[in-house]
Amino acid sequence: MTDALFYLFAAIAVAGALGMLLNVRNTVAGALSLVGTMVALGAIYVLLDAYLIGVLQILVYAGAILVVFLFVVMLLNLRQDEFTPERLRWTKRLAVAFGALVVVELLVLLPRALGPAAEIPADFGGYRAVGAALFTDWVLAFEVTSLLLLAAMVGAVILAKRSID
Amino acid sequence: MSGELLGVIVKLLFIVLVVAGLFLPLITWVERKQSAVMQDRIGANRADVMGLTVLGLLHPAADVLKLLTKEDVVPYGANRVLHQLAPVIALVPAIVTLAVIPFGGTYTLGDTTFSLVVADIDWGMLFVFAVGSLATYGAVMAGWASNSNWGLLGSMRASAQMISYEVTMGLSVVGIFMCFGTLKLTEMALFQDQTFRIFGFLEHVFGMAVPGFLSWATLPMWGILLQPLAFILFLTCIMAENKRPPFDAPEGESELVAGYHMEYSGMRFGLFYTAEFLEVPVIGTIVTTLFLGGWSIPWLSTGDIIGGVSGVFGQGFATGLCIVLHVLSFLLKVVFMIWLQMAIRWTLPRFRYDQVMDLCWKMILPLSIANVFVTAAVILLLERGA
Repeated sequence: MTDALFYLFAAIAVAGALGMLLNVRNTVAGALSLVGTMVALGAIYVLLDAYLIGVLQILVYAGAILVVFLFVVMLLNLRQDEFTPERLRWTKRLAVAFGALVVVELLVLLPRALGPAAEIPADFGGYRAVGAALFTDWVLAFEVTSLLLLAAMVGAVILAKRSID
Repeated sequence: MSGELLGVIVKLLFIVLVVAGLFLPLITWVERKQSAVMQDRIGANRADVMGLTVLGLLHPAADVLKLLTKEDVVPYGANRVLHQLAPVIALVPAIVTLAVIPFGGTYTLGDTTFSLVVADIDWGMLFVFAVGSLATYGAVMAGWASNSNWGLLGSMRASAQMISYEVTMGLSVVGIFMCFGTLKLTEMALFQDQTFRIFGFLEHVFGMAVPGFLSWATLPMWGILLQPLAFILFLTCIMAENKRPPFDAPEGESELVAGYHMEYSGMRFGLFYTAEFLEVPVIGTIVTTLFLGGWSIPWLSTGDIIGGVSGVFGQGFATGLCIVLHVLSFLLKVVFMIWLQMAIRWTLPRFRYDQVMDLCWKMILPLSIANVFVTAAVILLLERGA
């Protein structure tokens, strides 16, 4: 049952990612197919007993970040001719380079990572376990991250305000 | 295992029949009748079968028949797949949310224990938020896919409004989570099945004994009594998520014709309305579970009912009575929440779009954060006293 569900959601995730690639010229449709990938990834996390990260994947990535993506894409209404050919050429080169890097990483790291399945602790992946770890062992990292996000937010507000004034 | 499966099927049927089969048609009727009462009109009374109008109760059926027989138009230049998919995506989250809502408590009958909820998951409230956040895509897709500027403007308003209110909706109930100490909806309802002494804080905070003549004064431990501010904030946010008036800026018929669903006709248009109407009882169930004690009956806990009745009529009868009373209590509270939403919907005019945003980011967000801090301080104070 779990295996069948995994293959189903994995297929949806891959199809969504491919849909994004095939819809390069149609940014909104591409972003929408990425939503499918995010939801499927959330389901896969749940299948792995990582409930909190699964539901946050849907809540944050599918439900919030991609909505903002869509909002920006629709607001700017980017068209193909607004990219200069030179810029496009560089984008493509960068994309190929990073893609190759990811493939090499996967080929090197994946065979080593596939060991016997680890034993799952009883309270693994719940909001209690994650919250306790976040606010005791990792509280410094948590606070630094929140400071970083605050700085980014203030910076965005200042930049936006300058263009209005 | 098969008994479990049967139980899930029965619960699903109950939910679909009660919410989609009973509440949904009734709400379209209540919406018309209540607006008519509030505006001093007669209201829906024209749909009749052989002269029988039955208080206008036939209007829901007439509506659906009309919508089903209309042509399904796909506008020129529209993205056909997304255009047809959007109404479905708008409708699904509303139904899926009901899977984690407890319609009753956990009961033991003989040697089987069962609870009246389809999926009793540990992170129930996060599930509600996650599913609700996906509802945005219905509106976003609809406006964009129909190749219309009005639709696109409506979609953009919808996405900005819904994402803003999602943030504050989550923050506004953090205080409730801190009070209940759980995100599991069944445990939340069970927590509210207790009472607290109104003057108990004298003992906890000041260390003095509660005078005898005050000690009988108890209140049910409902979320609305523990977190009154959170109730108002959460209700505002979740109503804004539903995009019904006074938060219907994404439709805004005086500015955007019909907003994100203007290029829809027939039943696909009807599905958007079905989603909005269905959200009304769904919001009712969520608010009831969080703030109005869920299935609990004030001052009459599950133990009281079973203990009081089983001595006379036996255990089985007592449990059965308990289930019936709890489900009725739950549905009654949901009906109250539906009435309240209707009353708000027909009292307030539409907010201007910038007012909607200001309300979210400048009023509700600071108040929610203040609520979190005050709640934490009070809980610390009470725990130190205890």
